[in-house]
Amino acid sequence: MLEQLYRDDFGRIVASLIRLLGDFDLAEEAAQEAFAAAVEQWPGEGMPQNPRSWIIGTARHKAVDRIRRQTRFASKRDELIRAIEEQGTADDADMTGNGFPDDRLRLIFTCCHPALAAEAQVALALRTLCGLTTEEIARAFLVPPATMAQRLVRAKRKIRTARIPFEIPPPELLPERIDAVMAVIYLVFNEGYAASFGSALVRADLCAEAIRLGRIVCELTPDNAEARGLLALMLLQDSRRAARIGADGDLVLLEDQDRTRWNHAQIGEGLALVHSALSSPPAGPYTIQAAIASVHARAPRAADTDWRAIEALYAYLMRIRPSPVVELNHAVAVAMATGLEEGLRMIEAIRVRHDLDGYHLMWAARADLLRRLERWDEAAESYGRALTLAEAQPERRFLQRRLTEVSARRRRPLN
Amino acid sequence: MQYMLLIYNDETTRPSSAAELDRLLGEYMAFTQDIVKSGHFKAGDPLEPTSSATTVRVRDNRTLTTDGPFAETKEQLGGYYLVEAKDLDEAIAIAARIPGARHGCIEVRPIRKFNR
Repeated sequence: MLEQLYRDDFGRIVASLIRLLGDFDLAEEAAQEAFAAAVEQWPGEGMPQNPRSWIIGTARHKAVDRIRRQTRFASKRDELIRAIEEQGTADDADMTGNGFPDDRLRLIFTCCHPALAAEAQVALALRTLCGLTTEEIARAFLVPPATMAQRLVRAKRKIRTARIPFEIPPPELLPERIDAVMAVIYLVFNEGYAASFGSALVRADLCAEAIRLGRIVCELTPDNAEARGLLALMLLQDSRRAARIGADGDLVLLEDQDRTRWNHAQIGEGLALVHSALSSPPAGPYTIQAAIASVHARAPRAADTDWRAIEALYAYLMRIRPSPVVELNHAVAVAMATGLEEGLRMIEAIRVRHDLDGYHLMWAARADLLRRLERWDEAAESYGRALTLAEAQPERRFLQRRLTEVSARRRRPLN
Repeated sequence: MQYMLLIYNDETTRPSSAAELDRLLGEYMAFTQDIVKSGHFKAGDPLEPTSSATTVRVRDNRTLTTDGPFAETKEQLGGYYLVEAKDLDEAIAIAARIPGARHGCIEVRPIRKFNR
């Protein structure tokens, strides 16, 4: 039960404490100590009537203790302590201990402040909003724990030294700051989704945390359609998690996945969110990507996929968020909807226009169309090129498998 | 809380005509007056270009003086403001209004305070 309280409320509790104490570090450490005290005391003394209030109250006392030990100026120290205790009395009246909903929103914006390095934003969000330990975050991003610890220390120091405010940005800055928050959330999700199968368990957790953050943003900015779009996108992608990995631990393509293994409850929620997001035009990039994911989700079998709808959606995405990747995806959709040859022609044009010879995904997409056209020699060459450029192990294994397949079909031996 | 706003610009792209220079100076004056009025201004000056700079180092008790800025950089320090702001967001908002921000960049640095 404490475990659950921890996961659900750590962010909320830290946020309240930051407002109370005016110090990020102090708040986080106090929360940690309070939870540790709970683990120690609750088994013996029993669960308090209002666990959340107990935690916050204990954290406040721990913070006061720490301030007593650390602050050198007697007057400043006493003033701070008095302020904390006064605020505490006011808060005690709030029996639910729910805190101000704005606090968590403030915390999200603080963590994702543009003055912090992108990787620091992600680490800080996971640490303070999701309560992940430094070790867990380090493992997820494949860096040594000491490096991650330093990253967090530096970020919190910057918040204090430069005085990054614990506030919801003013209306004129809100749109771009929310964009930053959503970018961080999606970054966290992608870290979890682009699974390296060795640490699959940690990765699934990251997706869950990103989705949780996505829910918080939706809850706290109810008029924000893109937030719903982002949540939908994450839910729909995550719904395929179980089917993405084959028995041998290898990547299973969307078209080959066992769709009975998709999480249909999550799909249902995602579809509803897409519908909701689309009803507040203009649709943003997350919403469009979620719409594309929903087209796939609605197809009972791969062969039933409405590729024309996907093509139209990518065409729209190309207008609002152009990029080589989006153009490639559009070309693939054209290939599936209209004709492989046409898709291939488009890929060649994109390759030239964006100078993508160094981009493994272009070669992989090209190879796939050539394979479907049974142009084995060219497909083999293209898979080969992709292999020289791809870095992630799951992708390399997949490309190698394809290369072996098409090589076996070639009439002339490789020489 | 005080912040130093350091104005960096590419000196090779300075205003070419007298009219352009006039306009830029006018913008700076208007901005300065604004933040004086709002109480944010503590200090501020434009600097003579890096061609007038001299760099001083003392090593082993010897004073070494060289012509030019401390390092050759793509953009050079052209001026500064010292402002009072309640937090970083306020300092950033002020920095964004500095005319030089449109072509170069403004580094926002908190002033370090020591508890004596």
